[in-house]
Amino acid sequence: MKRFIGFVKKEFYHIYRDKRSLFILFGMPIAQILLFGFAITNEINKVEIAILDQAKDATTIEIINKMATSKYFSINRYLAAESEVEGVFKEGKVKAVINFEKDFGEKMVKRGQATIQLVADATDPNTANSITNYILSIVQQYNQSINLHQVGGPQVLTQTHMAFNPELKSVFMFVPGVMTIILMLVSAMMTSISIAKEKELGTMEILLVSPLKPFQVILGKVVPYILLSIINAIIIVLLSIFIFKMPVQGSLILLGAESVLFILTSLSLGILISTIAKTQQTAMMISLMGLMLPVILLSGFIFPIGSMPLPLQIISNIIPAKWFILIIKGIMLKGVGMAFIWKETIILIGMTLFFIGISTYKYKIRLE
Amino acid sequence: MSISLHQISKTYKGISAVQDISFEVKPGELFGIIGPDGAGKTTLFRILTTLLLADTGTAVVAGMDVVEDYIAIRKSVGYMPGRFSLYQDLTVEENLQFFATIFGTTLERNYELIKEIYEQIEPFKTRRAGKLSGGMKQKLALCCALIHKPKVLFLDEPTTGVDPVSRKEFWDMLKRLQAKGITILVSTPYMDEAALCDRVALMQNGRIMEIDSPKKIVEKYPKAVYEIGAGERHKLIQVLRDFPYLYSVYPFGEYVHYTDSRSDLDIPELEEYLKANGLTGIYIGLTEPTIEDVFMEMAKE
Repeated sequence: MKRFIGFVKKEFYHIYRDKRSLFILFGMPIAQILLFGFAITNEINKVEIAILDQAKDATTIEIINKMATSKYFSINRYLAAESEVEGVFKEGKVKAVINFEKDFGEKMVKRGQATIQLVADATDPNTANSITNYILSIVQQYNQSINLHQVGGPQVLTQTHMAFNPELKSVFMFVPGVMTIILMLVSAMMTSISIAKEKELGTMEILLVSPLKPFQVILGKVVPYILLSIINAIIIVLLSIFIFKMPVQGSLILLGAESVLFILTSLSLGILISTIAKTQQTAMMISLMGLMLPVILLSGFIFPIGSMPLPLQIISNIIPAKWFILIIKGIMLKGVGMAFIWKETIILIGMTLFFIGISTYKYKIRLE
Repeated sequence: MSISLHQISKTYKGISAVQDISFEVKPGELFGIIGPDGAGKTTLFRILTTLLLADTGTAVVAGMDVVEDYIAIRKSVGYMPGRFSLYQDLTVEENLQFFATIFGTTLERNYELIKEIYEQIEPFKTRRAGKLSGGMKQKLALCCALIHKPKVLFLDEPTTGVDPVSRKEFWDMLKRLQAKGITILVSTPYMDEAALCDRVALMQNGRIMEIDSPKKIVEKYPKAVYEIGAGERHKLIQVLRDFPYLYSVYPFGEYVHYTDSRSDLDIPELEEYLKANGLTGIYIGLTEPTIEDVFMEMAKE
């Protein structure tokens, strides 16, 4: 035990004295959360749109006013002719143009229908999609409001409620994702690098020729990073609660326990990587390419798994991050308990045991 | 026997690293393995310290088999790898404490053994190991390898890259450790260090060519060795190579070592020959053969 404590103490010296990795350890989580929370967002907020009003009557002005008073759009440009539309898009500021046809109000009254043309800048397809949806819903509300005054045929009214995230804040989606990435990176990359470092600098040779047992070396490497990862998880949750007002609906204890489980999964992955990697560089490359990319692309963090092609959907199942994201989304946003996430939990436990199993099998008691 | 090897062979990716090695080291002996880079010294050390498995053959260290009893061996030997293998970001003291802890001992308990060496680096005990000079690093590494009072000490090229003064100090320390009853196996590419060992094994291309005490090895050398000096050493070697009675010539310090293919060298004749070839400041004298001469001779065969 004394040996083990001595080893852990040495690990802390390494971490503490390497200012660069210390910065990665604590700077990155904070930077990423703030970045994803504030800067990277697909919410629609004060998007500039332009109006091409060829009717200029009471009806069009009413609709335009509705648009202008919503918090989603700001209208600064009024165009005079259709030929101006392309130019406006090329300037880049205006994301959509609303084109009212000639005699809009008159047609509404006489024929019972009039047409709005909606042109959106689809260089960014997601934003274009959201903008058109928002505009459509405003137009629809207008439709409904005039229909109330007039006696018309029967109609279906829709009432939408965005459950668990009524304001559609994208930070709610990013926090679980970022937390996953960071725990994965800190745990897997840092441990695999620190074990590879011993090999690269030749100190592993001395550790092998010592009474330390291999599992003591591994455990000694892992313990400091468990502690650091837990601190990181706490920082991320605090940031998301206090800065982004993200609620934690479920049990904090459950959230903590599941996070520790995921940390263990990542650490066992890190150990597995270190049994393959001989240098710090390789360890880092494997961690970045083998862990970061799948976590970002295939875990459902940014791209919904349901809309992926089938082969990718199947692959996504072997990515631990996918299951952890499901778990924390469940706990933080839906407030579910163990009854709803036991399957994901068991999968993570299984993966952890599997990784530890292979690492023990592959761990070398000698140099080659 | 403290160390004994029996027909050890090891092949790396089809290339034979060590071949059919057998020798024994007596308890308390200072045994040297002398050979150039790539001779297979490090492989041999790693087999003995249980870090590598030999393909064939058996080896016993301190009475224990290197394959079966590897755990026990790891507790009772000290190993200093060729490359500086301490934690560069830990201070001198922290490194020492760390190795003491993992070997289940304390600095105080075995202080007596390392006292003399440690006293030399103690003024720098708060300095990071990475910032020490080459000689200091070696002393620290030696302390770390000794901290648990090993029965057998393995030192793989401990003096490579260390200045001559520190090298001499280092060998003095080895002598004193030997006097305390520790068996020491040391490897070195420096031929002059061979003379400081009790016995040496001359090694090249994975094979041992000769094992004996340095004195006996030198005595067995059959030829008279002459040291020859001249203004331009490079030209001297070239001219000597064209001398009809040449047996061997190679640079040695500021001179060259020359052996003749005849039993007696006619010194005036050689002097004439050299002068005729435009060399000046010629010095020719008989000298004692050294391990290096033996080695060069063996390498020739």
